[in-house]
Amino acid sequence: MAKASLHTALNLLFFAVIGTALLAITYQLTHEPIARSEEKEKLKLVTQIAPAETYDNDIIKDTAELAEDKLLGNDDTTIAYIGRIKGQPSIAVLQVIAPDGYSGKIRLIISIHSDGKIGGVRVISHKETPGLGDYIEIAKNKWITVFNGTSLDNHKDADWKVKKDGGSFDYMAGATITPRAVVKAVHKALQYYAQHREEMFKPHPAANVQANQSEGEKK
Amino acid sequence: MTTQEFKDILYNGVWKQNTGVVQLLGMCPILAVSSSVVNGVSLGLATAVVMALSGAAIAPIRNFVPNEARIPVFILIIAVLVTVVQFSMNAYMYGLYVVLGIFIPLIVTNCIVLARIEAFASKNPALQSALDGLAMGLGLTAVLAVLGGIREIFGHGTLLSGIDLVFGEAAKSMVITVVPNYHGFLLAILPPGAFIALGMLIAGKNWLNLRAEQKSRKQADLSVAIPAN
Repeated sequence: MAKASLHTALNLLFFAVIGTALLAITYQLTHEPIARSEEKEKLKLVTQIAPAETYDNDIIKDTAELAEDKLLGNDDTTIAYIGRIKGQPSIAVLQVIAPDGYSGKIRLIISIHSDGKIGGVRVISHKETPGLGDYIEIAKNKWITVFNGTSLDNHKDADWKVKKDGGSFDYMAGATITPRAVVKAVHKALQYYAQHREEMFKPHPAANVQANQSEGEKK
Repeated sequence: MTTQEFKDILYNGVWKQNTGVVQLLGMCPILAVSSSVVNGVSLGLATAVVMALSGAAIAPIRNFVPNEARIPVFILIIAVLVTVVQFSMNAYMYGLYVVLGIFIPLIVTNCIVLARIEAFASKNPALQSALDGLAMGLGLTAVLAVLGGIREIFGHGTLLSGIDLVFGEAAKSMVITVVPNYHGFLLAILPPGAFIALGMLIAGKNWLNLRAEQKSRKQADLSVAIPAN
């Protein structure tokens, strides 16, 4: 009896070891392509709303960590991407969360030019009703581009609502809760930007280190 | 493997014991991902690959695994293979991976995989088991393709939307707009639409079976009747 269960246990162990080894090999082989495609996907979204001519630095690496903030809707630190031209901040890409979608959180990325105008908004993920609330996706509809070029200057606080609520943003019949949440989140992101732009645009610590090193070398 | 055996396994998997409309196994992915042809076929093919691989992997070791450790070992092997498929899709078909996302790891829990291992691969040689898994997977893929097609046409008025996720941007022109300026029919896209369409598919399959049965009975009657004359 004891011998039989030992045999069973060894058998299980044997297959567990083989399985783990197989997985380790696959991970090693695919790990780099996966990281690459994830990066590419993110870059694709970022370059959609922050055109290449608006920065000359490596925007994906030039990041600022933003602590959680009510205006961003995040409950954890997020990363903002900072674009610069000749070292001068030109555009910021923020990741924000609209907490009050029709079914849960809507994650957005928003690019804001240094003059406070929005470059573009994109939805990263959402759980809105397919066919009704999902027109906020660029793949389904151009609606999300209504934000291009808007700012706190050219839209007063009262305008940051959908037309049904007396604001200035279009929406589609059948789904008002979804665009309402998105408009609110974009408005809040602009407010956050207005309050925090200086600290966001601080030179990246890694860039600083590099600059110091090259100075050191000169000496 | 004889040709007859080959034909039998194929016929059994794709038609007679079809997982989608006869065995009704693996309902979760069928209802969830059949919202479009591309989604359905992609997950169907991923499942077929996993089933063929696991059949081929488990059949040769079936005599070494003690009976009481059978299920955990089988599940372990299936889980490893699914993870390998998942990693590969994530690495080389990222767009599609994002769409299918959560349903790929769920292939492990799709009862059809373990069911075929138990019913077939644990009693047959490797080649036959791999073929059985592949045939069953292809049967599932066919159901998912038809179901996805029905739901996509009724729901969005298109066919093959999202094909660019599989073949890259250039394939965007392959999307067929069946009904131009279609306003969409929400029911078809949501899970109830999947239930209704699947019900109709099952009814259709039963009707075909019944008709074939009647036909063969008539023929039998005829051949009995002739000598009596």
